[in-house]
Amino acid sequence: MEQAAKAQGSSCKESLSEQLMKPMRKMLIIEKQGKIITLVCAWVLIVTLFSLLYFITSKGISPFVNNQITLAEFFSFEWGPTASAEQGGPFYGAMAFILGSLAVTLGATVVSAPLGIGAAIFMTEIAPDWGKKILQPVIEMLVGIPSVVYGFIGLTVIVPVIRETAGGLGFGLLAGIIVLSIMILPTIISVGVDAIQAIPRQIREGSYALGATRWQTVSRLVVRAAIPGLMTGVVLGMARAFGEALAVQMVIGNSPNLPASFIEPISTLTSVITLNMGNTVQGTTYNNVLWSMALILLLITMLFIFLIRFITRRREY
Amino acid sequence: MTDKISIEDFDLYYGENQALKKIRLNIIPNQVTAFIGPSGCGKSTLLRSMNRMNDMIPGVHTSGRIAIDGKNIYDRETDLVQLRKNVGMVFQQPNPFPISIYDNVAYGPRIHGIKTKKKLDEIVERTLKQANLWDEVKDRLHLSAMGLSGGQQQRLVIARVLAVEPDVILMDEPASALDPISTERLEELVIQLKKDYTIVIVTHNMQQAARVSDKTVFFLNGEIIEVNDTEQLFTHPEDQRTEQYISGQFG
Ligand SMILES: Nc1ncnc2c1ncn2[C@@H]1O[C@H](COP(=O)(O)OP(=O)(O)OP(=O)(O)O)[C@@H](O)[C@H]1O
Ligand SMILES: [Mg+2]
Repeated sequence: MEQAAKAQGSSCKESLSEQLMKPMRKMLIIEKQGKIITLVCAWVLIVTLFSLLYFITSKGISPFVNNQITLAEFFSFEWGPTASAEQGGPFYGAMAFILGSLAVTLGATVVSAPLGIGAAIFMTEIAPDWGKKILQPVIEMLVGIPSVVYGFIGLTVIVPVIRETAGGLGFGLLAGIIVLSIMILPTIISVGVDAIQAIPRQIREGSYALGATRWQTVSRLVVRAAIPGLMTGVVLGMARAFGEALAVQMVIGNSPNLPASFIEPISTLTSVITLNMGNTVQGTTYNNVLWSMALILLLITMLFIFLIRFITRRREY
Repeated sequence: MTDKISIEDFDLYYGENQALKKIRLNIIPNQVTAFIGPSGCGKSTLLRSMNRMNDMIPGVHTSGRIAIDGKNIYDRETDLVQLRKNVGMVFQQPNPFPISIYDNVAYGPRIHGIKTKKKLDEIVERTLKQANLWDEVKDRLHLSAMGLSGGQQQRLVIARVLAVEPDVILMDEPASALDPISTERLEELVIQLKKDYTIVIVTHNMQQAARVSDKTVFFLNGEIIEVNDTEQLFTHPEDQRTEQYISGQFG
């Protein structure tokens, strides 16, 4: 019977099953091509990422495995890579920079998180027309401004103002915090706006129908329901602030001091790396220690990303 | 004037489009009144007019009056907070807030100024019991309301409404997203509740209207065609269009 069907199919018309298979086969090929292309893309990404991770990690741990310095030395407060042997040097303690990075990041977050969340609430709930038409495009533009511009504004406006009002050189933690706050504010706002807008209308209606005012609805329900999204914006902003090098380096002062005062020059991991990576010789302890700092930077940034994951996972509630 | 709600010559426009035409209707306390009629005939619009939820839609304007306990709610000095506290609403899709079961029920009392935990505990327990939900949730009051089934969510929403102690409860197709068993439980609940509340329910389900309601109102194209005792309306409709609708000839 099978043969008969085949014979019939080849002699005159294709059998029904063959007709049905034909477009199917075409679809399958397209499907397969799509699968292969996306798989290749994914693998390129994964391989790049892992070689990057491997590269930074192997470089970063090399001063420790090669016994150039100990972990305790690295996490100490003394920095003096050019100090001579008679002085007991060189010293490679990076703790001041780690604390510096954390201090600017934390400071910028403390300033911009409430401002950003407040602005997001204003744009979505209090003046949605105005917010959508004027503020949204402005915010989107601000996100796109390169960091060197923020740094330049910091250098020419903020640093002199601090020098005049608070004293000192003007360079330091405060200048860094202000510049970074302005920089991450748009991120926090735009992610926050999306989070608030994602709260369904039915939920607001339910609240109004119970006799809640608009302000009660916003403050007790909408914001509460949007907290995971709002926090995601904050953590994204934090990650950006932590990793920012250029703008920070322009206003932070770049002295290896502990971040104990707002108006004294300090350094951050990023500023030390960018300033010295070009001036040090590959393979030297100094150069390797910069890689170790990059590794610390990477690890803490990864921590931020896991934090985002953790928060957004709870979004379903 | 024993009517709970009395509607006189009420018109409502969405921009140019007139959705309700010269509505006249009296709703008796402690009864269930059902609104039936084909899609788009204005049932939800009238229901939402009774607690002024239409105010939030841009371009809506109205004329005529809707009086609750003799007081026109479309007066300029009407306190919307008080109105909506007195006239609760249950929506078609269950809309629990994405917070805990306890906080859902306590939400209304809290916004109306009740703060003591003892009082709130008492309200939460009482209203959840009233809504036949207490036994199912008493061990998980502090878990998210989003984890409840659709039928449980709808009963939670009813408890949430009961917690602000309304006189009138408006329900817009409350069972349309529910399975038959949840629907049956909801209907039992509606019948239970009518001894303390005045209930208006929109439904597309003729049997449901017949089962739960005392009065039925038939709408067509923004007008009321016929109002009567439910049994009367379903067995001896006066208007030909009512008869056609309930026998399934259109809609
Ligand atoms: N927000 C709105 N804006 C403009 N027109 C609306 C709006 N809501 C409803 N309408 C119109 O008003 C009329 C009545 O709508 P309504 O929702 O009251 O009907 P309904 O009887 O509840 O229908 P259904 O049974 O489908 O829920 C319809 O013509 C509808 O298109
Ligand atoms: Mg409707």
